[in-house]
Amino acid sequence: MKSETAVQLPARTQQNTAAWLRNRVLLPLISHAVMIVVVIFILFPMLYALLLASQTPSEYYNLKLLPGTALFDNIAYAWNRINMGRLLANTTFVAVTVAIGKIVLSVIGAFAFVYFDFRGKNLFFVLILLTHMLPLPVRIVPTYTLMDSLGWINSFQALTIPFLASATGILLFRQLYQTIPPGLADAARIDGASPLQFLLHIVVPLSATNIAALFLIEFIYMWNQYLWPLVIANSDSVRMVQIGLRQLVATDAAVEWHYVMSGVLIAAVPPLLLLLLLQKNLIQGISLYEEK
Amino acid sequence: MRPPLRPTRSSRTTPNSTSKPVQVIVWGAECLSRQRSAPQTFNGYMNTRFPNRYLPYFLIGPMILVVLLFFIVPSAQSLYLSFFRVNTLGTRSIFVGFNNFVRLVTSRDYLNSMLVSLQFALMVVFSGLSLSLFVAVVANQRLRGFAFYRAMLIWPYALSPAIAGLVWGLMMNPNFGLGALLLRRLVGINFNYLTSSLAAIVFLALAATWKMFGYNIVFFLAGLQGLPTELLEAASLDGAGSWQKFWKVTFPLLSPTTFFLFIMNTLYAFFEIFGLVHITTQGGPGQATNFLVYNLYQDGFISLDTGFASAQSIVLLMIVASLTFLQFRFVGQRVHYL
Repeated sequence: MKSETAVQLPARTQQNTAAWLRNRVLLPLISHAVMIVVVIFILFPMLYALLLASQTPSEYYNLKLLPGTALFDNIAYAWNRINMGRLLANTTFVAVTVAIGKIVLSVIGAFAFVYFDFRGKNLFFVLILLTHMLPLPVRIVPTYTLMDSLGWINSFQALTIPFLASATGILLFRQLYQTIPPGLADAARIDGASPLQFLLHIVVPLSATNIAALFLIEFIYMWNQYLWPLVIANSDSVRMVQIGLRQLVATDAAVEWHYVMSGVLIAAVPPLLLLLLLQKNLIQGISLYEEK
Repeated sequence: MRPPLRPTRSSRTTPNSTSKPVQVIVWGAECLSRQRSAPQTFNGYMNTRFPNRYLPYFLIGPMILVVLLFFIVPSAQSLYLSFFRVNTLGTRSIFVGFNNFVRLVTSRDYLNSMLVSLQFALMVVFSGLSLSLFVAVVANQRLRGFAFYRAMLIWPYALSPAIAGLVWGLMMNPNFGLGALLLRRLVGINFNYLTSSLAAIVFLALAATWKMFGYNIVFFLAGLQGLPTELLEAASLDGAGSWQKFWKVTFPLLSPTTFFLFIMNTLYAFFEIFGLVHITTQGGPGQATNFLVYNLYQDGFISLDTGFASAQSIVLLMIVASLTFLQFRFVGQRVHYL
């Protein structure tokens, strides 16, 4: 017996070394390699866009891979050609208005669904959920006609008000409010607080993370709108940034890639900055559902 | 007198859930299917209700107004319009019954549009989901530097489909794009998305997948981090290898997340990619990338054939409706881990 274990020991250590090599050295190495390839694949197109925005056509047609010196000239040209200042102002206004509007309507709506009993509750809930099934292309022609009859073509009303409904928002906050201990509402009632005071002083502060997450999601969503602005907002005063990019591309001559990429960089910065700023909230807002 | 405070015990408490980002959607499914299971509440207690007759209507009123005015009514009008033919000036409309739908079914262009849309959706959904699941599993390890990698994966979520189209249009530019040049030098493929139908659809799928990658990764990572570690440890103790653990434990447990992303990606591939097509291929070359949404825009807003466009809206509605139905079936029957 003793001799057997003595014989087996070296073999087992060998096995352990092999396992150790595999689990602690080889697999992490492969994982790092995979991640580096993926990160390059994700990053590269945007870095390439930056490179091109800094070059002149003769440089990129000759496949120079070093940054050029024309970055600021290109950006200035693109900025002036499509009136970028105006586009950014318009788009920011629309994105912020819709994000805030959706948050307000979702918070008070979800509050009503969780803290009140009223007739038609289920019907209203189903109506709001139905919006999930009705993306814009499903109703675009009549919505356009409606805008026309309201006199809203080329107006900020058309770019904001139809977007204010949010099934996602209602579901998100409803879900959150159902996890708020009922004792809080009872205590508020015993202290004589009105429902609105309870909403404002207790419920809204508790929703801060989710509000930030929803703001991020909706801002990005509106910033990137394309089809509706293309159809409804064609005058300079209300044009949005993605349509401005289309104007940069749609020239009679060949596409001037250095200008297009300059425009792309400008249009990409605001949502990217916001993502960077609020990323934590987004991930917490999602993983909030993990807890409990 | 204030009514007595009586938190009522909900009829049934749902067990602790494992993977929850999906719950947002699942709630929708459950509530539409008449609350199959009891709402998940704090300690199994229902929330207190405030006794107030009018306030709740004021609170949900604004949202309901928007829903009715800009969602329900226009959708019903789409259905109504699809039975009419409107002349190009929009002055006269004639009832034509199902004629618009007959035109759709018999139109070679529309059938092609349907076909290329399906092809595109298949490419985007399958390549997108399998790649991002694989990467999420790798990225979920606790290794040095991996937090940085994870942060580097998410940001394309902030970009628009149009921008994704432009930067990939640059990458794949046949004259000087590095991606196209590499393909030519290394594999010998002449990749020209402006002239080749196959290249065009692959190019758009590439851009769309790239843009959606961050979104998928976020949800897969959230799902993976929500998995019960006990099960994975138990599997390890029973001698399961990584491969087995993935297919026997992780993948089934992750199925709600996967299914949620399947629905979201399909919707994205059908509806959100309009900007991507409009800013790059414009439906071409020929009809190769004339996806359903693009075709609808062309007929409704360029050719001003509103009845015909509305019929196409109804087809799109049926696509969304069947996806939603699928979601109910799947969530209701096959997934037990929610």
